[in-house]
Amino acid sequence: MSKLTLSRALNEGLRRSLDVDPKVMIMGEDVGKLGGVFRVTDGLQKDFGEHRVVDTPLAESAIIGTAIGLALRGYRPVCEIQFDGFVFPATDQIVTQLAKMRYRSGGQLTLPVTIRIPFGGGIGAVEHHSESPEIFFAHTAGLRVVACGDPADAFTMIQQSIASDDPVIFFEPKRRYWDKAEVDTAASVEDALPLHKARVVVPGDDVTLLTYGPLVRTCVEAAVAAREGDARSIEVIDLRSLSPLDMETITASVAKTGRCVVAHEAPVYAGLGGEIAARVTEQCFYHLEAPVLRVGGFATPYPASRLEDHYLPDLDRILDGVDRTFGF
Amino acid sequence: MTAELIQLLTPEGERVDNPEYPLDDVDIKGLYRDMVLVRRIDTEAIALQRQGELGLWASLLGQEAAQIGSGRALTPRDMAFPSYREHGVAWCRGLDPMKLLELFRGVSHGAWVPEEHKFHLYTIVIGDQTLHATGYAMGVQRDGTEDEAVIAYFGDGATSQGDVSEAFNFASVFNAPVVFFCQNNQWAISESNERQSRVPIFQRAAGFGFPGVRVDGNDVLACYAVTQKALKAARDGQGPTLIEAFTYRMGAHTTTDDPTRYRVASELETWKLKDPIERVRVYLARSGQADTAFFEEIEKEAGELGKHIRAACRALPDPVPLSIFDHVYNGENAIVDAERAQFAAYLESFEEPAR
Repeated sequence: MSKLTLSRALNEGLRRSLDVDPKVMIMGEDVGKLGGVFRVTDGLQKDFGEHRVVDTPLAESAIIGTAIGLALRGYRPVCEIQFDGFVFPATDQIVTQLAKMRYRSGGQLTLPVTIRIPFGGGIGAVEHHSESPEIFFAHTAGLRVVACGDPADAFTMIQQSIASDDPVIFFEPKRRYWDKAEVDTAASVEDALPLHKARVVVPGDDVTLLTYGPLVRTCVEAAVAAREGDARSIEVIDLRSLSPLDMETITASVAKTGRCVVAHEAPVYAGLGGEIAARVTEQCFYHLEAPVLRVGGFATPYPASRLEDHYLPDLDRILDGVDRTFGF
Repeated sequence: MTAELIQLLTPEGERVDNPEYPLDDVDIKGLYRDMVLVRRIDTEAIALQRQGELGLWASLLGQEAAQIGSGRALTPRDMAFPSYREHGVAWCRGLDPMKLLELFRGVSHGAWVPEEHKFHLYTIVIGDQTLHATGYAMGVQRDGTEDEAVIAYFGDGATSQGDVSEAFNFASVFNAPVVFFCQNNQWAISESNERQSRVPIFQRAAGFGFPGVRVDGNDVLACYAVTQKALKAARDGQGPTLIEAFTYRMGAHTTTDDPTRYRVASELETWKLKDPIERVRVYLARSGQADTAFFEEIEKEAGELGKHIRAACRALPDPVPLSIFDHVYNGENAIVDAERAQFAAYLESFEEPAR
C-alpha cells in the first residue's frame, strides 16, 4: 500500500496497462513530453517511447478518429481530451462512429478505445474548463461511461476500462486530482470490484445519497456532518458507472432507506438524476417515503469562476436536499 | 505539383503515353468487364428501388473508371475505407454486391467482415472515414509492415469537412502510408464545386505538405496508374498522396434526388461524351484486343448478374425483432439486457407471434 494522489494513481494504472498489453497506446495533446496538463501521463513517453505515447496535433476529432482506425488495426488506444469543454469537436467521431461501429458491423468489429476526460469545476478556471458533459455520452448507446471518485478506484477503473472491448468514456474528477489516499498498486485488477458496479462508500439507514466523481468526497463529508448534527444516517453510494447504471445496488439501498437524493455537478435538467429518479420510482415505488430529489448544477451555462461556489452543489446544498426528503 | 489532368486514354479511345505512368501489367479487358458489371449492379439497384425493394440507392453511374481503376490498383493486403458510393471498389475487393443491397434495403447497416475483404464498412457521415484510414495507416506504421498501404475514398463535398483537413494534417505529420482518393463528381447533392472550394481540390495537398495530383476520373487506365504509384510511395515510406479524380455523377445523388432542379441537361450531355466505359470499348475494338464475341460474352454475364441480383434482393429476409438488441456491447449490459427481456415479454403477450 502506498499513499497516492488520484492523478498519480491514474498514472500507475496507465503504466500497468502499457506494461501488460503491448497494443495499448496513449494519445492526445501534451501527453508526451509534458506528461499532460495534469501530469496524469507523466514519464510514460520516456519509458514507453513516442510510438506508444503520442503527442498529437491539436485536433480532438482527429484524436478520436485516428484512434478508431488504430483500434480497427488491433491497437487499444487511450485518448486524453484535455478538458471537458474540449470534447465537443470530437462528438461526431464518438457518437456516430465509436459508439455504433460494433452494432453497425453486426458484432464483427470491436473498438477498445478509452477516452479520458477531466471533468467538473471548482478549480477557478476560465470558461469551458469546468463542465460535466457526461449525460451526452450516457445517452449514447454503445458507449460505457464511468467516473472515478477516489485514488483507489482511479487505479483499478482505468485498467478495467482499457481492458474493456467496448469503448469507455472515463471521467476524472479534476479538482480531486490532488486528493491522496491509500492505493494497493500490487493488487490484481481481477480481484477489484467490477467496473459497472456501484459501491456503498458510507453505510446508513435513513436516506440514500447517490453521487459520482468530484462529489463523492462532498457527499461523504455531508454524511459525517448529518450524523453529528441532525443524527441522520445517510448511506452514500458512489455510482462509479453512469452507463450502464447499477440499479441493483441503488434499489437495494432505497428499499432499505425509503428516501433518495441524487447529487451531481451537471445540470439537473434532463440529467442523470432524472433517469435515476424515474427508475427508482418505478422499481421502489412502495418503499418510497418521499419523491426522489436531485441536487446539481443549474439550467445555465457554467458561470464565471467567482460564481462557481454558488453553482456547484456543496455540503450545505446537498444536506438541504436531504432535509427536504424528510419534509414529505 | 502537377497542374495538368493526367490522362492515358482519351474520351475518343486513343492511348496517351506518359513516362511517369507506364502501363505494363494492366489487364484492360478485365477493367472493361469490371466497369460493365458494376454499372449493371447500379442499374439493377436503381430499378429495385423504384419497385420498392430498396429504401434508397446511391448511384455510381459515371464513376466506374475512378472506382475500378483505383480499386484494381490495390494489392490484396492494402486496406480501403469507402464512403457510401464505392460499389465499384467493393466489387474489386471481392465483396458480394448483395451485402451492399442489404444496407440499402434496410435489413442491416451493411455488416460485412472488413478484414476479410480489406474493405471497411460504408461510412455515411461525410468525411469521417478519412480519419479512420489515417489511424489505420498509423497502425500499419507501428506494425512495421512494408507491403501495406491504406486508401481513403471521399467526395468533393467531403473536402469541406474539418475531419478531412484533420486527416490530411495527421497523415502528413505522422507520414502515414495512406492515399486520399477524392472522386470529384462535380456535385455535392445540389451544390457545385464552386460552393465547396475556391481552389482546385488536388492543390490542397500542398498546404499540408504532400503531393496532390489530378487525374481524369473517367479514364480507368489513368486512375489505375496514378493510384498504383501513390500506393507504392505510401508503402515505401514517402507518406500520403492526394488524388483528385475528376469525374461526373451522371445520375442523381441518390434515388431521392432530382438533379433537374439544379443542373442543366446540356452538362450531362457533355459528360456523356466522356463516358468511362465507351472509351475503353472503342480502344479495345479498334486496337483489335477484343472482338464482338468478347463484348457479347460480357453483356451476357451482366444479364445473368442482373437476374441474380433481382432474385436475391427479393429473397433477403427481414431480421427478427429481437435482433434490435444484438451487438450493442460485447459483454453484458444491464440496461440493454433488461429492455430486451421486457420487449420479448411484450411480443410474447400477443397470440400471433411477431415475425
